[in-house]
Amino acid sequence: MKEISCKLLVIGAGPGGYVCAIRAGQLGVDTVIVEAAKPGGTCLNVGCIPSKALIHAADEYAKIVEMAAGHDPLGISLSSPAVDLKKTMAWKDGIVGRLNTGVAGLLKKAKVKSIQGWAKFRDGQTVEVETETGTQIIRADTIVIATGSLPVELPFLPFGGKVISSTGALALKTVPDTLAVVGGGYIGLELGTAFAKLGTTVTIIEAQPHILPLYDSDLTKPVAKRLEALGVTVLTGAKAKGLSTNGDALLVQTADGTEQKIAADHVLVTVGRKPATEGWGLEEIDLDRFGAFIRVDDQCRTSMRGIYAIGDVTGEPMLAHRAMAQGEMVAELVAGNRRSWDKRVIPAVCFTDPELVSVGLSPDEAANTGAELKIGQFPFSANARAMTLQGETGFVRVVARADNHLVLGIQAVGSGVSELSAAFALAIEMSARLEDIAGTVHAHPTQSEGFQEAALKTLGHALHI
Amino acid sequence: MAEHVIKMPDVGEGVAEAELVEWNVKVGDLVREDTVLAAVMTDKATVEIPSPVEGKVSWLGGEIGEIIAVGSVILKIEVAGDAGATKDVADAETVEPTPVEKIETPPEPAKAPAPAPKKPAPPGPYLGGGAPRPAGEKPLASPAVRLRAKEAGVDLRQVSGTGPAHRITHDDLDQFIARGTQPVAAGLRPDMTVEEIKIVGMRRKIAEKMALAKSRIPHITYIEEVNVTALEELRAKLNAEKRADRPKLTLLPFLMRAMVKAIAEQPQINALFDDDAGVIHRHGGVHIGIAAQTSAGLVVPVVRHAEARDLWACGVEVSRLAEAAKAGTATREELSGSTITITSLGAMGGVATTPVINYPEVAIIGVNKMMIRPVWDGTQFIPAKMMNLSSSFDHRVIDGWDAAVFIQRIKTLLETPALIFVD
Repeated sequence: MKEISCKLLVIGAGPGGYVCAIRAGQLGVDTVIVEAAKPGGTCLNVGCIPSKALIHAADEYAKIVEMAAGHDPLGISLSSPAVDLKKTMAWKDGIVGRLNTGVAGLLKKAKVKSIQGWAKFRDGQTVEVETETGTQIIRADTIVIATGSLPVELPFLPFGGKVISSTGALALKTVPDTLAVVGGGYIGLELGTAFAKLGTTVTIIEAQPHILPLYDSDLTKPVAKRLEALGVTVLTGAKAKGLSTNGDALLVQTADGTEQKIAADHVLVTVGRKPATEGWGLEEIDLDRFGAFIRVDDQCRTSMRGIYAIGDVTGEPMLAHRAMAQGEMVAELVAGNRRSWDKRVIPAVCFTDPELVSVGLSPDEAANTGAELKIGQFPFSANARAMTLQGETGFVRVVARADNHLVLGIQAVGSGVSELSAAFALAIEMSARLEDIAGTVHAHPTQSEGFQEAALKTLGHALHI
Repeated sequence: MAEHVIKMPDVGEGVAEAELVEWNVKVGDLVREDTVLAAVMTDKATVEIPSPVEGKVSWLGGEIGEIIAVGSVILKIEVAGDAGATKDVADAETVEPTPVEKIETPPEPAKAPAPAPKKPAPPGPYLGGGAPRPAGEKPLASPAVRLRAKEAGVDLRQVSGTGPAHRITHDDLDQFIARGTQPVAAGLRPDMTVEEIKIVGMRRKIAEKMALAKSRIPHITYIEEVNVTALEELRAKLNAEKRADRPKLTLLPFLMRAMVKAIAEQPQINALFDDDAGVIHRHGGVHIGIAAQTSAGLVVPVVRHAEARDLWACGVEVSRLAEAAKAGTATREELSGSTITITSLGAMGGVATTPVINYPEVAIIGVNKMMIRPVWDGTQFIPAKMMNLSSSFDHRVIDGWDAAVFIQRIKTLLETPALIFVD
């Protein structure tokens, strides 16, 4: 049995873990990172990145299918487009592969030692890793748990066969004729929309009364409308019951209580994700929990001295960029700097069609603080750039305090608005007031003018509406 | 919804008020019957107030550390049930008025239902200046300012912002740092934090008692060294041959017996001085308080009638009281009523101390650390076990001469311990 020791050991090379290790390496901390699969975690391998690749391919295909249908306002015509999903997937896998290599290279450049294998705690300072070449014991002064999360399985629809998780959906070799998506959150909608655009007949089953239940209906309405236009059936207030006896359909109890059979080549279950807390010896160290998550403080410290936890395993929002920021902070703490979690916002983006962004407080959340509010909204239908991109759906909305005009939240729905999330988040981190946004010159013609106009609208003097 | 009113209970012993030392609930909390709502403290005892009902806390009537009169409303609980049925717990528990009073007192008018809790007024506009930041609200600053503040150890909540909406700028931070710190060596960082800790409960009692003693009593402190070599030999022998049921003797019982003996010759040392009335109460009984450090703070358990206890009995009582004080089970009687006090920090005793008299007593005997020191016996230096006694006296009623005589007598008794046991 081989034994090594190090100052910092990171368990899991997802976005949280690898950023933590790279930053620690940059700061001269003797760092080891352990990962059982490829570097990059869920996000890079079976999550954000491959799904975005698939969504892009589906978007491109959907565009030319619409052109081929005739009457294209741009005057473009073509005939019988086709997609070879195998090639699409190979292209997507190529991107994932390049990023895998990239992360491995960055770790190496930062002088981080990477060990491939499954880590398991022996005690609070010792971890054993099952590697291809035998058991490796690692002793570390500090350990960071970055084990991430897993898709939640439904007991009556266990993964396997035609029941797939998002990971399975991203590995399909052919475009299915029919797909039932259980769970109308952002993961289900992103993938469901992509397959609908590739030609699949998609049915989305959501138990709540509307899709994307975490967002208000003003924001989700354009998404629902687009799904309808794409021919996607959305059953809200409906419950999946299990597969039919012969297995070719999903049984659903609809909102009015009737049972419905939904033909499905595949059933994609996207009802949420849960922290990965099993199989790596959490029982050996007995950390305080917060529900299923590991409880951490504002420095990501767990209840045991010398053990930190970051990313999805520590709670909501389970987002890669939160994990990255936590990882960076912990690395700087371990290197002896003073740090604590002081981020004002973690932007959330849904790559639906149209895209949806929420940064900071929603109008309801802001109202709950007791502050008096000013809320203004600017539609993309009045934005020139949106017109030229055929993306006039949606709006930018700004929520601010009435007394000092401090911006509390910014939301947007519309084509390509995910890129606006940077401006939104920066505004709130910098403690911008409405006047700061209104007083910044925004380039014309861009969709970002919608942000400036929304601030002007909130102040009561929008120029273009 | 009905409202249940909880009043400061009568905590007994004719106490008219008590200090609120802890809230165990906050407004909006759901409580069950017997959930502890708050803790209040009188001179010695801490009393927990349980909830008599199940419901939701709707109002808290006091701040930690506030002295509240018995019978004042301290908490309101919303309970499910008839509207307007305001119940009054404390009243229900109080003794029925006598018939005479009943005749004379007109029937109480029906109580109006308690007003609904008012909504907080909407915050007004910021008027500039200072840092008028509502509690719990984060200071406004860019990430770069926040990082700099963190690294400089500055709590941004202490910094007032001059920017729009009181945003804290780099200049604000620079000025704050420049005002508060001197240049420091590289690598060392100034810590600008100031933590406010409210002095409540036991600590407040100690603070008041100490201030009273030091402000009223002109202390004279007298320090003398004692050769305890013989005493230590005797103590070791007694401990080696003691009966199994007897406790191990420390130095304290010997000192207590020596004090009893010296007090017999100088009764003015064992007294309480009522300085308001100008009267000294000279006590026949020697009730020796032993100052002890516990997790809750300083307490003084009292060995009563040391004059009537022999060496072993003193030892038994000291160890029993010490246990009780540490466990927090000592009664009010066991923690009061001393006529003279011993203070000892054992191995932490130091070379000399200036003990503060346990007001209204007139003397306190401080025991310092025992250590081996060279002593000149007339022809050579020999190693001896030496220990200092640092003792304070109330100079208003004890002259320096009398203080010296008292301590010299104790020194003689301790240096030749046989004298403690013969009359």
